[in-house]
Amino acid sequence: MPDKAHAEPASSSGVAPSRPVGSSLWRDAWYRLGRNRMALLGLVFFVVVTLLCSLAPWLSSYRYNATDLAYGARGPCAEHLLGTDTLGRDLLARCLYGGRVSISVGFLATGVSLLIGVLYGAVSGFVGGKTDSVMMRLVDILYALPFTVFVILLMVAFGQDIRLLFVAIGAVTWLTMARIVRGQVLSIREQEYIDAAIALGLSRPRIILRHVIPNVLGPIIVYATLTVPSVMLLEAMLSFLGLGIQPPMSSWGVLIKEGAAKMDVYPWLLIGPALFFSLTLFSLNFLGDGLRDALDPESARD
Amino acid sequence: MPLLDVNNLATHFHTRHGVVRAVDGVSFSLEAGETLGIVGESGSGKSVTCYSLLGLLPMPPARIESGTAHFGGIDLLACTQKELRGVRGSRISMIFQDPMTCLNPYLRISTQLIEPLLHHARISKPDALDRAVKALDDVGIPDAARRIRDYPHEFSGGMRQRVMIAMGLLTRPEVLIADEPTTALDVTVQAQILDLIRDRQRELQTAVILVTHDLGVVSAACDRVMVMYAGRIMESGSIQNIFHQTQHPYTHALQCSLPSLHRQGERLQTIPGMPPELTAVFPGCPFAPRCEFATDICARPTELLQTEKGHFTACTRAQMGEISLM
Amino acid sequence: MPSMLKFVVIRVLQAVPVLLAIAVLTFCMVRLAPGDPFSDEKNMPEEIRANLLARYGLNDPLPKQFVRFMGDLFRGDLPSYKYVGRTVNELIAQAFPVSLELGLYALVVALAVGLPAGVIAALKRNSAWDYLPMSAAMTGICLPTFVMGPLLALVLAVWLGWLNPLGWESWSDRILPSLTLGLYYAAYVARLARGGMLEILSQDFIRTARAKGLPERTVVLKHALKGGLLPVVSFLGPAFAGMISGSFVVETIFFVPGLGRFFVNAAFNRDYTMVMGTVLFYATLIILLNLVVDVAYVLINPKARLTDA
Repeated sequence: MPDKAHAEPASSSGVAPSRPVGSSLWRDAWYRLGRNRMALLGLVFFVVVTLLCSLAPWLSSYRYNATDLAYGARGPCAEHLLGTDTLGRDLLARCLYGGRVSISVGFLATGVSLLIGVLYGAVSGFVGGKTDSVMMRLVDILYALPFTVFVILLMVAFGQDIRLLFVAIGAVTWLTMARIVRGQVLSIREQEYIDAAIALGLSRPRIILRHVIPNVLGPIIVYATLTVPSVMLLEAMLSFLGLGIQPPMSSWGVLIKEGAAKMDVYPWLLIGPALFFSLTLFSLNFLGDGLRDALDPESARD
Repeated sequence: MPLLDVNNLATHFHTRHGVVRAVDGVSFSLEAGETLGIVGESGSGKSVTCYSLLGLLPMPPARIESGTAHFGGIDLLACTQKELRGVRGSRISMIFQDPMTCLNPYLRISTQLIEPLLHHARISKPDALDRAVKALDDVGIPDAARRIRDYPHEFSGGMRQRVMIAMGLLTRPEVLIADEPTTALDVTVQAQILDLIRDRQRELQTAVILVTHDLGVVSAACDRVMVMYAGRIMESGSIQNIFHQTQHPYTHALQCSLPSLHRQGERLQTIPGMPPELTAVFPGCPFAPRCEFATDICARPTELLQTEKGHFTACTRAQMGEISLM
Repeated sequence: MPSMLKFVVIRVLQAVPVLLAIAVLTFCMVRLAPGDPFSDEKNMPEEIRANLLARYGLNDPLPKQFVRFMGDLFRGDLPSYKYVGRTVNELIAQAFPVSLELGLYALVVALAVGLPAGVIAALKRNSAWDYLPMSAAMTGICLPTFVMGPLLALVLAVWLGWLNPLGWESWSDRILPSLTLGLYYAAYVARLARGGMLEILSQDFIRTARAKGLPERTVVLKHALKGGLLPVVSFLGPAFAGMISGSFVVETIFFVPGLGRFFVNAAFNRDYTMVMGTVLFYATLIILLNLVVDVAYVLINPKARLTDA
């Protein structure tokens, strides 16, 4: 809700102190996000990792597939910060290149998921009535099914084309987004301030622009930020099972699989990619949590 | 000897926007068996005063900066939470504004009703249930023996408030604090609830503190009244004093703004201006910026003084007899 | 409770068309894929392959195959292509109990670790009891099973040598897989429990309970817990679904002979009947579990009882 006066502290006091300057929802959210150190840390880390990975060709002097069989697998040292694998390939370089794949799949699949979910949810919410019930029933049913099963089937059935991968992943993760969007649209439709805006004679596009969208945007941003890591998780799992990214291309999932296979002898092969992967997920989750706390004025806070 | 004697209570909230002086120097006393009304707008500090007495405020950010509250030989404001728990629900009970949210939706009414009895009076469960059924009966719940096993959502708003009242009085407390008990109810139900409180109070000889923003409620249900504004008491006295011998411009303005007092077609009277920000400090009378009688003298610190027996006002000009409000 | 019975019956009836739709969908996906069950067998002479295809009726029109497949499934007679001579039903019956056992242990771990952690974190908000468990929970969420599993195995089996890294023989073999699967969900449970408790603790009726002079322990355990744990109950539905699919990874890592591993292998090998049988089995299982969870939710939350499904 835009421009809502806080009730601080909790309702028990009945006291409503006024604030020095009119604080809009966005400014307040920004303030709260700024105070959330973990979320900021997450944001910074993620940006850094993404940059590093996208600049991989220029950063690393080693190509990801430059093998050196004579060198073999060595642990972390000065030349190879994360060590090398059995084929003599520099692990850090592989991690960076793998990151490019993992992160881009993350973004693309989230994009697909967003697209489907927002459209579906918005239509269902706006149209309402029977159509809405039917559409949501479908979502309920799909929700109950183990979509990993279907992704696996899809991947097996149609080959491991990377383009299909993020479509497949996106196609099974749009459900929650649709629910969230629909919920938001429904609640906004019924809000009194919409009626008030209409009563004041505001035009419909203006209403949509200034009242509907800002309120729908918040949860969408939060959920999209939280979808990226879960999508990356799905991709990594598929790759781990051998169904996602295929060698010679690698993603963090593939690297983890290779590392896990050899971990009793060369533990660094597992630790390097696992670290990259987990820290990235960490940072995205903290950021998502921070965004959620920042944008929801009524979430439990100190 | 008054039952409850509060002296100079000050409760401040330390928030990131500043220190909110929700209650700023409140003193009053309550005699056994009487009904004291605390009336004021939202933000006047009336509820916070009561919560402070029972220690129900979250202690950061709230802090009781000063004051004493003598009740039956102890100072409530100096008690530990453990000691207060012994007082709450047994010697002083409190019921709240919104009966829809104040009862636990996941537990049966019977469970919730007998809790204070089991905990404070230490009687057996069957005995407690009997007393609870009788209490429900006394507050006018039909078919009490059967309905006691229902869940809160199976009662209407008015009935829920009756249940709350029964719950509050079950342990026969010496004081019942009712925080806006009728605000969330329909007008027709309001009168019934007030009558019920009055009824039960007379029978059990309980003192009642009735917090409300509604002057009508006060005039119907209270013996004495205390008018609060910006965390301070503006005026206090008997119903007769307050309503017919007003000695504070704020009280006067409140009464004049009641729509029922105006003839049809007459312009409604409002109090100009806005309630003050409680983070600011007022050297003088907090109502002065909005008062039609304000002069320079109102910028000086005010004091609650007795102008006639039992009738106190904080208005300096009224104390000096300079203004007459009839 | 007649309305509860009605509720259950309606849900079961609703499930039937859903399962049918899933069967059709899966069938199409599997059969539309290039290749057939025997295309991986490199040294198979052409005529033998043709014979096999004919014998299994794989050249018949698709709808006919579908009907025959469903019939076989219900008679318990569905042949597996990979494990010649054994039926899919048999294989599922053999492998599922293993997965079930794994799932149950994981659930126990998830609840036994997650619930107390979440509740305590909510009670001691913003203290070390809050930050530490919640950070651990965050770690749990970000370390997926296929990372946590190998890492746990690395530490407990390789470095410390306490446990076997693979297998499902002795009771101690159960520890690693159950921990891996369970701790991941414990993280979610902890976060949900904390959130739910915090939400309830800020409600008005908690203030009423305190105003009655009840000790804090009663306020929490009796008044707050029921409502506070509702989000965890709702989560159990999708959690089961997740544990089942999570079992694919865990069973693969630790070589547990459960249904998940069978499914993954069947998918790889284009063992159609096995794939379809497993998918339908999983779908039925999940629908049933969701029904159980919904019933439990209604039992805990009295407000939900008056409304229908």
